[in-house]
Amino acid sequence: MTMMSGAQMLVHTLEDLGVEYLFGYPGGAVLDIYDALLDSKKIKHILARHEQGAAHMADGYARTTGKVGCCLVTSGPGATNTVTAIATAYMDSIPMVVVTGQVISPLIGSDAFQEVDTVGITRPIVKHSFLCQKASDIPKYLAQAFYLASTGRPGPVVVDVPKDCVRPSDKFEYPGVSEVKMKSYNPTKQGHKGQIKRACKLLTQASRPVLLVGGGVILGNAADKFNDFAKRVNMPVASTLMGLGVMSGEDPQFLGMVGMHGTYEANEALDKCDLLFAIGLRFDDRVTNDVAKFCPAAKIVHIDVDPASISKTVVADVPIVGQAANVLDQIKEALDELDFENNHQDLSEWYAQIQKNKALNCLSYKDNANCIMPQEVISCLYKHTKGDAIIATDVGQHQMFTALYYKFIKPRTFLTSGGLGTMGYGFPAAIGAKVAAMDKDVCLITGDGSFQMNIQELSTCLEFGIPVKVFIINNHTLGMVRQWQKLFYNGRISSTNLNSNPDFVALAKAYGHEGMRVTQKDKLDEAITQALSMKDKLVIVDIVCDIDAKVLPMQQPKGCMADMFLNEV
Amino acid sequence: MRHIVSILLENETGALSRVVGLFSQRGYNIETITAAPTEDNTISRITISTNGDALVIERIIKQLNKLVNVIKVSCLSDDENGAVQREILYVKLLASTHDAREEIKFLCDIFNADIVDVTPEIFVVQFVECTEEIDRFLKALKEQVNIIETVRSGVCAVARGDHYLHS
Repeated sequence: MTMMSGAQMLVHTLEDLGVEYLFGYPGGAVLDIYDALLDSKKIKHILARHEQGAAHMADGYARTTGKVGCCLVTSGPGATNTVTAIATAYMDSIPMVVVTGQVISPLIGSDAFQEVDTVGITRPIVKHSFLCQKASDIPKYLAQAFYLASTGRPGPVVVDVPKDCVRPSDKFEYPGVSEVKMKSYNPTKQGHKGQIKRACKLLTQASRPVLLVGGGVILGNAADKFNDFAKRVNMPVASTLMGLGVMSGEDPQFLGMVGMHGTYEANEALDKCDLLFAIGLRFDDRVTNDVAKFCPAAKIVHIDVDPASISKTVVADVPIVGQAANVLDQIKEALDELDFENNHQDLSEWYAQIQKNKALNCLSYKDNANCIMPQEVISCLYKHTKGDAIIATDVGQHQMFTALYYKFIKPRTFLTSGGLGTMGYGFPAAIGAKVAAMDKDVCLITGDGSFQMNIQELSTCLEFGIPVKVFIINNHTLGMVRQWQKLFYNGRISSTNLNSNPDFVALAKAYGHEGMRVTQKDKLDEAITQALSMKDKLVIVDIVCDIDAKVLPMQQPKGCMADMFLNEV
Repeated sequence: MRHIVSILLENETGALSRVVGLFSQRGYNIETITAAPTEDNTISRITISTNGDALVIERIIKQLNKLVNVIKVSCLSDDENGAVQREILYVKLLASTHDAREEIKFLCDIFNADIVDVTPEIFVVQFVECTEEIDRFLKALKEQVNIIETVRSGVCAVARGDHYLHS
């Protein structure tokens, strides 16, 4: 066996666990790790400009590849700067390992320089965390961290490494990475046979069914299996924000997104359905509106890998715990047994009703002849990328416009902070995605507010040649907050105007990138074409949009799924 | 309704704080908590008494099961066999007068509690019983004598018969 320091073992373990890209930021407590990293031929380190950026990059990398994203930061402020990104990954169940430096063990608890209780601070927002006590813990804990992050319901794991565990002078035998077995951790894989039979029986009996798909199907790499299932039962499909891309947005069976800013046809279908067949989601409050009025006529089948998600908010009639892919296989068998093809209800009346709702065309909007509408930017971008690009967003109006007007065709092409709603997520996530998929167009759709929350990463993109395309829906306001102020606060505009924005075009150039501004409707098409054609350049397209465009339709607060504002009131 | 939740937990740094943190994070109430290693010192057993309806208890148990350090969870009060449960009470009482000493001795005789420490001014009484009986004993003491301090262990419980929680 080779003798190695703790730092060298850390780097070797990451290599053996398959880490290709490490997003990070150095500092006092991780100097030894960064020194060892210099000798690695397998790991490429991407130096972010802020630890939050580094951790969101790891998140974007994970969402794009399905692999565990990994990030390395120093103790104290390095660790606290990752907190928002860890919480973002936690809420969206993203497999991520965050390695944080820590002060030397004897100083822990003494309020030493750059000391924080990282494990304590992150405890409520991690799947699990480890504090290494000795160098030999490092390979073991890292292997466990990667295993925990990527199995069951995925999530972020923190590994806190005190500086004395990575001291270069102390050498150890590197044990390598062996298979992880944990006594107290056994995520459920297969669904309960009896429950699956009950669920499939309901599929044969339903005359107004809806399949509701969530991000769990993407995380579990089960999109193909889901589509096979949906085609076979020929039932309408609605999606949560996180489930977009599982079924093609162009598919006639697809109703669109559900929830607060869902489509009318999707929400109306949920309100009227007699069977809601939900898979890989957790019935977030933005999905259900008032839980007491949610799907009043429906039997609810809820499939999820996390037993704690089932009957947490919406009580399930048929709960099924298991991994999406396995459960879909089991469903297939159960449908065979029930001879589903010759044993199901006629859905033509249900589809006719849905068709009538679709014909209302809830995504039509009031155009402004003098000003670019955010909706047309998204549609135009969709037209040019044909749904083949990876789209990252920040949070706010532009995020909802993207969810509604971009037709996601494939899974893992939409990166957005759904659960935590983190402004500043999109740009670093897009960087992580581009690093993972250099052959793809990676577009960030952002707002003038959100973009400025992690704008420093422009420097990272220049250093490492990461040509993300940035489309700023620039309405000189925090649009979603303004929308609420207009709708629910008598139009009293409080602290949402952004009248002192930088010149984003000049800023792009100052950072060594390309920039262009679009203010006229008829120049939009050309600008997007031009930006996408500059393959090796990061381009910021600053698109000046209507300040009063509103995300519609919108559910009425405390109503049922179908209580929606369709037009501006 | 009060429930008793028993947890087998890997005896690792920070494991207890994950359990306690989960209760505060999710808005669940902890009425009492006890924690100590089992016969296997790598495993601790925690007993928590908490309030909530059946749905809340189900959610608590599911969330506890998600914690990586948690090996097993069981709600003892739901156990069909029922559970044996006890608390320890130590109560320090002012016993400086003959009357007070007589009263304390009288109440201890009735409740079957033990006087375990005697000084000229102060008695310490030990009482091992179920929560409700300890509440009654304390109430009786409070009406008759001066209580200086009390300390209760919180509920410790085990299922009756052949039901057990074992790693």
